[in-house]
Amino acid sequence: MSSNRHVVIIGNGIAGVTCARQLRKLDDSVRITLISGESKYFFSRTALMYVFMGHMEFKHTQPYENWFWEKNRIELKEAWVKSIDYAAKNLHFESGENMGYDELVIATGSKPNKFGWPGEDLQGVQGLYSKQDLELMEENTHEGVKRAVIVGGGLIGIEMAEMLAYKKIPVTFLVRESSFWSNVLPKEESELVGRHMREHHIDLRLGEELNEIISDQNARVKAIKTKSGEEIQCQFVGLTAGVKPSIDFLRNTELGVNRGVKVNFGFQTNIPNVYSIGDCAEFHEAPASDRKQVEQVWYTGRMHGETLGHILAGKKITYKPGIWFNSAKFLDIEYQTYGTVPASWDAEKVKSFYWEHAGGKISFRMLMDLQDKILGVNNFGFRLRHEFFDQAIGEAWDGAKVISKLDKANFDPEFFAPYYIEIQKAFKDQFGGNVKVSKKSFIQKLFGASV
Amino acid sequence: MKVIQSLGILLFLVGLTVFTVMPFLGDYTLTEDQVLANTKDIHQEKMAEILSPMYGETYSSNFSLISAYNENFNEYNEALKAESKWDDVIWDDYSLPLAQSSLSSPVRDNPWLFFGLSIGLAVLGGLMYNLPKYRGEPAGIKNNGIFHSAMKNRGWMGMITGAYLILFYIILYWFPAYIVNQIWMVTPLSMLLSGNPASQWFLYGTIYTLAITVMGVRMFRKYRGNKYQQLRTASVMFFQTAFAFLIPEILVLLNQPYFDFKNIWPLDYDFFYDYQIDTFLSSGGVGMFMLIWGILLIVIGVPTFTYFFGKRWYCSWVCGCGGLAETLGDPYRQLSDKSVKAWKYERVIIHSVLVLAVVMTALTIVNYFSGFALLGNVTNQLHSFYGFAIGSVFAGVVGTGFYPFMGNRVWCRFGCPLAAYLGLVQRFKSRFRITTNGGQCISCGNCSTHCEMGIDVRWYAQRGQEIVRSSCVGCGVCSSVCPRGVLNLENGPEENRINEMPIIIGNDSIKINA
Repeated sequence: MSSNRHVVIIGNGIAGVTCARQLRKLDDSVRITLISGESKYFFSRTALMYVFMGHMEFKHTQPYENWFWEKNRIELKEAWVKSIDYAAKNLHFESGENMGYDELVIATGSKPNKFGWPGEDLQGVQGLYSKQDLELMEENTHEGVKRAVIVGGGLIGIEMAEMLAYKKIPVTFLVRESSFWSNVLPKEESELVGRHMREHHIDLRLGEELNEIISDQNARVKAIKTKSGEEIQCQFVGLTAGVKPSIDFLRNTELGVNRGVKVNFGFQTNIPNVYSIGDCAEFHEAPASDRKQVEQVWYTGRMHGETLGHILAGKKITYKPGIWFNSAKFLDIEYQTYGTVPASWDAEKVKSFYWEHAGGKISFRMLMDLQDKILGVNNFGFRLRHEFFDQAIGEAWDGAKVISKLDKANFDPEFFAPYYIEIQKAFKDQFGGNVKVSKKSFIQKLFGASV
Repeated sequence: MKVIQSLGILLFLVGLTVFTVMPFLGDYTLTEDQVLANTKDIHQEKMAEILSPMYGETYSSNFSLISAYNENFNEYNEALKAESKWDDVIWDDYSLPLAQSSLSSPVRDNPWLFFGLSIGLAVLGGLMYNLPKYRGEPAGIKNNGIFHSAMKNRGWMGMITGAYLILFYIILYWFPAYIVNQIWMVTPLSMLLSGNPASQWFLYGTIYTLAITVMGVRMFRKYRGNKYQQLRTASVMFFQTAFAFLIPEILVLLNQPYFDFKNIWPLDYDFFYDYQIDTFLSSGGVGMFMLIWGILLIVIGVPTFTYFFGKRWYCSWVCGCGGLAETLGDPYRQLSDKSVKAWKYERVIIHSVLVLAVVMTALTIVNYFSGFALLGNVTNQLHSFYGFAIGSVFAGVVGTGFYPFMGNRVWCRFGCPLAAYLGLVQRFKSRFRITTNGGQCISCGNCSTHCEMGIDVRWYAQRGQEIVRSSCVGCGVCSSVCPRGVLNLENGPEENRINEMPIIIGNDSIKINA
């Protein structure tokens, strides 16, 4: 590979930045440019909510100090790309400038879904994805908001509800499905989250959809109307019904796109030397049976970037994601998942073990196949070790073996109540078998760690 | 609840105001008897003569008293200095005991009343503010609004608080004659505990302990649902109250040396000073036990406990400086500097202080055993330099006064020689580390933001690396504020504890040797 080639990455989110960093680690001479119109320096999108709530300032969301980029010779270009001349290998910026490239990586991420609701472009109506969205939300909620409505029951919606609660703005939350995030969470987990939302005084409306957003004289939202006909007065509407690839400027060119930019498992598009990673990439087929063609998670963005960094450095590899994992936090309740736990399953083919703490905020689920091999786990309100489940699921351990070793999987801080003992007991009651129940340690007895 | 909390703030401010105006109460009348009673035998005659113009005069404020004292005293001393009669110069400062004895004030007459009106109201108000916090809210740590707060993000309230603390420390260390009212106020309490009148250090110890108690209650509320935070807070409250405050006073009551059993050299920098050694050696079995106990803590306690648990066993569970930082200082933890530059300064400064403390102590011991033949009184000058620059300015004025400017662990991070010693053990020979949970980090930055030691925790977490840093005091807040369950304080096998080339699990595209 020519050593003075120029790799240009459009988008400095986790995918683009990881790609640039990995490539620099492996190739000292390649010229690397990161382009972003959103923010000159990389920041963690997942932390925007904490800036709003005053847990952090924006600068704290930047994982690398500003000198890092110069030291690693990663050039930063703050601009919006308007169009790409693939034949001439040239980018045109909105500012009128141009930039040539040898290899191009499209990592432009997502933008909030809008479904053509009447009034969806009114003032006070917005999604939450970018730094600019955060600034808009600060402006939109600065004063005069007596009630907010959030449409769409996913992770960004509940984050937005928490953010609004910081400003003491009451929230009505419209969820189309019959329980919260029910396309991902099984019934019990979904209900657990729903209960917790109501505990935080969120007016959760299940099985309810947005019909239209109503304007006042100044083209500002003053109310919404639901499908069931109810009108709710509100001065802010959060649209959080998922995100879609942000590739509008790439459509209707020779680049092959569908929902996202079409790529193979080497992240190659239909045009030579043009690649796409992260939220905006769409695989021709899903990378695994429990994965999607468009992967829109922080961790997958990071893995795409990591993999493409190696590919651009000349390694002959393709994208092979390992055991699925994910995490989130619902107000005060942390959630982790390892392996495959879909929202529903065929009870003829899959066995489910579910334990829930009497307080209703802590739970554990493990799915097993008919041979009792672990398929995946969901845990709420306590922490489990990634490495443990990566191994257990990868090696297809027996459910009983996983449960017997659950004390090793526990990742809660010292002195926390040993929920794993209760889980072991419940599993033994339900499934019998050769399950070893852990003993309370001396420290746990001493400090009366009650479950 | 809002009403009780508002009332709490009001009571606290009233208490603080009473405390603050106290130095301006009363008047001062000096007599010859007082001078004779409060000066050393060799100075009695001279001092009585020097201060004779002041006798019978009533001074309406400490300012006029101390300025008259200085005028007369300096006139005498300066004259001698000008003539280079160094042996006749009086080096002792008698302004504190003389101000104390010449005072007549309502505080001196009603110490308990003023104790209640100042410290009592402040404590009561603090508890009324802290106890109802988060009532009716589900358990969970909320750092809501700290960066929008004038108190916690270097706003005007933070500036005023910092300035007040700095002023308090300067008066306490170098101008205690101005706060004799407060010293009289705590005298009955001191009599009760040790049978001796109070000093400014007893006043300081009382306030210090109560601050840890009241703000410890705040910790219980803020970190409810988090057993680790609750237990370590209870631990620092216990060690401050029992070991640092009560036991030394009770020892004095029992005619034993004043001794804090949990204070370890070189934080306890005067442990090997000649007068300390003399005290230990002249106090029979108890004194000998204290000397041996102190040495055992240094040579066995620190390495052993730090090997098994990391330096946190001391810094965030036992230490008094740590205790104040973790309670009173907790609202300011996010103000520490996380830059690599700050880390570089930190390493140079803290290890320099350690070297200084070790050299000073070594010289002191050699000098002691050579019967002062080697260096004479040179060590005394070294002691006063260290006591001034490190013991007072760095640990006190900067260490606590800078909470609202640079975070709550300025002293512990940049200055404490014991922390440096513990840190070396933690870095090179310990089972302690903060474990990163595989690939779950989302780089949000809560951990780094709220690290009081300025460790960029995220730097490690996002690359799947365990965090092994000499400065980590193991407060556990990074783990507590992590929204994805990524960080955990653990003691485990030493192998693979430090891994400079971590692989983030979850991506099978890349193998270690691919």
